[in-house]
Amino acid sequence: MAEITLQTPLTEEMVRNLKLEDTVYINGHIYGIRDATQIRIFDEGVPPPTDLTGTVLLHTAPGVKKLPNGKFEKVCIGTTTSTRMNRFYPPLIKEYGVRAMVGKGGFLQDTVDKMKEYGAVYLAIVGGAAAIETTQIEEIEEVWWEDLMPECLWKFRVKNFGPLIVAIDAHGNSLYKQVKANAAEKMAAMKF
Amino acid sequence: MTTATATLYDTIEDVGKDLYIKALTDIPKDVRKALKGSHQAEVDAGNTTASKIMLTVLENVRLADEKSMMVCQDTGLPIYKVIVGSKFGGDLDLLEVKKRLKLGAERATKEYPLRSSTVHPITRKNTQTNSGQGIPVIKFDFNDSDKLEIWMAPKGSGSENMSFLRMLKPAEGMKAVKRFVIECVFESGANPCPPVIVGIGLGGTSDVAAAMAKEASVFRKVGTHSADPLVAQLENELLELVNQTGIGPQGLGGAQTAMAVNIEWAHTHISQLPVAVNMQCWRGERASAIIDADGNVTFGN
Repeated sequence: MAEITLQTPLTEEMVRNLKLEDTVYINGHIYGIRDATQIRIFDEGVPPPTDLTGTVLLHTAPGVKKLPNGKFEKVCIGTTTSTRMNRFYPPLIKEYGVRAMVGKGGFLQDTVDKMKEYGAVYLAIVGGAAAIETTQIEEIEEVWWEDLMPECLWKFRVKNFGPLIVAIDAHGNSLYKQVKANAAEKMAAMKF
Repeated sequence: MTTATATLYDTIEDVGKDLYIKALTDIPKDVRKALKGSHQAEVDAGNTTASKIMLTVLENVRLADEKSMMVCQDTGLPIYKVIVGSKFGGDLDLLEVKKRLKLGAERATKEYPLRSSTVHPITRKNTQTNSGQGIPVIKFDFNDSDKLEIWMAPKGSGSENMSFLRMLKPAEGMKAVKRFVIECVFESGANPCPPVIVGIGLGGTSDVAAAMAKEASVFRKVGTHSADPLVAQLENELLELVNQTGIGPQGLGGAQTAMAVNIEWAHTHISQLPVAVNMQCWRGERASAIIDADGNVTFGN
């Protein structure tokens, strides 16, 4: 359970070295995406308007304020449940070179297997802790696909973004799966 | 008894706005206490990851207080519960109250500004106002006071998506009820942001059960128990079983899967045993305001 600070962009080697329950902090950039963003990329076939190689993505739809100069000021940036968007992560890694997803709730087994094959991790943030998250995001640097507001593609500059727990590693291990297996065992022993 | 005036409706609109923002920025006292308890329980159990998560939760609540920030980004779907005292303004126009609360939610969205989370179910087009057809959800209830009480909850979606209804067989009894609740907690796993408040609606009809589950998860305070000793006992039993699953904070393992199990109940049909489950995430967001006969407002949560 090491504590590690990573600077973006990430390499395959960097993420392969992470172990379950390590705590990670990110410096550099994180890209925000959500349901509608990924539906546009994969179901409507529109390629992302920026290079995502080695990036860290975040499942979010931020609350923002548009300034007169066209830039966006953060109001509240938090994290949504990842499990809904399970099917999008494997192609994000394979076709666009993404190396880490920050979210809550985790992914399903098929995606865990693909993460092992392609070399990517899932970093669990503390869901609901948006005051901390918003504070650690220094600036919204770019926004693409504003018509999907708030489900645009966002580029955030972050400093010591975390704590993030390695909940699915790049070797096929999932903390969610372990916890669920343990819970199933406990339930089987329960007397109702 | 007071006479409802234009000023009163302006007050209600302001309260509708203020409650939405308050619920998102100021965690209720009972929930704060429970979160501290959950942190301590994880520390005592020696769960490193779970302790770290709960510490981050507490730090987040502190930061939100210090900087007057929102605790979580999910502006939810706004729910208002209005309790009209029978001795409060006999000529109170409830339709106008409904309109003003909707306006209040829209003003909060525009003026704060809050992210709009409200979309059309078919087109998925965002209204950008946190209002629309049937939204905000506005419920009316009545008591015999001389006050107008307004409760508000911006119900977050991570927890709301973890909602369940089962029409069990009377012959299966309480065993089936307990098993069903535990299965719901298991299926929900990390998604509703545990440690959660598990709201249960027991009895009634299917729709009543679902409404009671929401009342139990959102408006019942953590640490309170049902006035019925049988139901209170079931609450305690279920809380223990839920926490035995070890799902823990954020579903990453630990002793604290739930802070509370709250049950609201109603009588039901001889051949029915409806059970509804509704989860509330750890932020347990809610806020309240009491308007007296002179139009003075007292906020709480």
